[in-house]
Amino acid sequence: MSTATLKRRRGWVFHAVMAPLTLLWVAPMVFVVVLAFRSFDDIAANGTAAWPVSFGLEGFREALGRGTMGRALWTSVQVTVPAVILSLLLASWAAYALARFNIPGRRAILLTMLAGNLLPPQILLIPVSRVMESLGIYDTLFALVTIHVGFGLGFYTFVLHGFMRSIPGELTEAARIDGAGPVQIYARIIMPLCRPSLAALGALATTWIFNDLIWAITVLRTEAKLPVTAALLNLQGGYVSNWNVVAAASVIAAVPTAIVFFAFQRHFVSGLLMGSNK
Amino acid sequence: MTSVAAPPRRRRTGLRAVPKVIWFFLLIPAAVEVGMVFWPAVNSFYLSLTEWNGLGAAQPVGLDNFKNLFSDEIFRGALWNNVIWAVGFGGLSVVGGLALAVALNRPRRGVGLYRSAIYLPMVFSLAVTGLFWRVQYQPDGTINTLLGAIGLESVERQWLADPDTALYAVLIAAVWRQVGYVMVLYLAGLKSTDPTLDDASAVDGAGAWQRFRFVTWPQLRGVNTVVFAVTVIDSLRTFDIVWAMTQGGPYHSSELLSTYMFQQGFTFLNLGYASAIAVVIFVLALIFIITYLVRATKEEIA
Repeated sequence: MSTATLKRRRGWVFHAVMAPLTLLWVAPMVFVVVLAFRSFDDIAANGTAAWPVSFGLEGFREALGRGTMGRALWTSVQVTVPAVILSLLLASWAAYALARFNIPGRRAILLTMLAGNLLPPQILLIPVSRVMESLGIYDTLFALVTIHVGFGLGFYTFVLHGFMRSIPGELTEAARIDGAGPVQIYARIIMPLCRPSLAALGALATTWIFNDLIWAITVLRTEAKLPVTAALLNLQGGYVSNWNVVAAASVIAAVPTAIVFFAFQRHFVSGLLMGSNK
Repeated sequence: MTSVAAPPRRRRTGLRAVPKVIWFFLLIPAAVEVGMVFWPAVNSFYLSLTEWNGLGAAQPVGLDNFKNLFSDEIFRGALWNNVIWAVGFGGLSVVGGLALAVALNRPRRGVGLYRSAIYLPMVFSLAVTGLFWRVQYQPDGTINTLLGAIGLESVERQWLADPDTALYAVLIAAVWRQVGYVMVLYLAGLKSTDPTLDDASAVDGAGAWQRFRFVTWPQLRGVNTVVFAVTVIDSLRTFDIVWAMTQGGPYHSSELLSTYMFQQGFTFLNLGYASAIAVVIFVLALIFIITYLVRATKEEIA
């Protein structure tokens, strides 16, 4: 047998294993999407696993309207956008200071900040809700943004620090000789060069914050203020046997992060790798 | 003389004296993290030594909470479940992720599509994942229907309502989401292995398994450490998916430390007792946090 035919045969085996496996992998998602478009009567009569005999937007209408997913989506945007921007901004400040200046104990500071991000959130939950109360911001979206920024900072700082260290000193040196101050160097040279890592971290942070559940149910009490993930679980309790509504709501909660994923797939993957085994 | 000697030295450390404004750059983020992370963490340690329902002052009770924990059946069950979870979740996602990474490592037609499909679940929240799978596990859902279709009616059951299966049913859903992440980590690890070593041993007549075991695997040591630490830390943090699927039930059969802690703290307002559980979670996570940090330090120097 020639090596070419051997190769072709191996390729055939590869696809014969991978194609069904991949289909199996995406099957739960496909199934939920199909379920979301079926009508209540169809599901009640034929069961959730039956071949669909109806198609409609009833589930989505209900989920977005009375199921409050529409409002929750907007809440999530109001939390995610400022939290991502603030996290990356503050992290880039700390990373710049630690990466480019002779701050005493800089390595210890960096690792301590990273360690903060690795703590199990459980050890923070009760005191954080107390801190929010004493600041008078408990049950506000501002509190949720604050805790997301505080908890994520360590990791973002660590990653950006690694990247800023790799920027050659000559670049900033030249600007310094031309009379640029540290803030100008940060804004005009360092930050533009960090764009790829900022994009990767941004994609990652967006999905983390958007997907969060535990902080939301820790610092918020009013149901009307809950972001998507928490609202989804509430909805599930209210629509116990309306599987099309539950399915539609989970699709609604999944779509924004799926869009981020497809739009920034390469950034997203490199983001996952950062801080692990770059 | 100095002008000749100075630049190389500066290039090596690349660091400059600290202007005032830079202190603000560092102190503002540091203050946010101290206020939102370190100060609360210290408080949890204090609260774990008290009895408190959130009103009035916390009553110091010494180590009573910890003593009570170890005679608490539910806590011990949750601890054991957490062990099962760490082993099952970690083991399955590492084996699955590594196998897929090896299979999808070399570029060929269709690889990109397969990779994307497998790590797509990563982007969904654990709560969404939980609901996706709740639907499958329904009495008339896909899983029971499939079992029925292949003649295994006797195996059909209410997966999430049965104390014998609830934990494992949730575990499968969590693994489904995690495998893609582990695969991405290993794909990156494989990329940094030396392909010529693999080719050389193939020429020497080593089989595929031998090449993997003796050539590739030793080169993945660094990734293994990270994957191991990340998986254990993740297992100890696991909360959302259990909360979305079973809330720890039925009869605490899928209770993990994190869900039990949340119930004690936010449902029953036993804030001291809940803090003690949180401290236990922290202590268990500590050694793996240190592993991760040591690895991070090495990278930092390299």
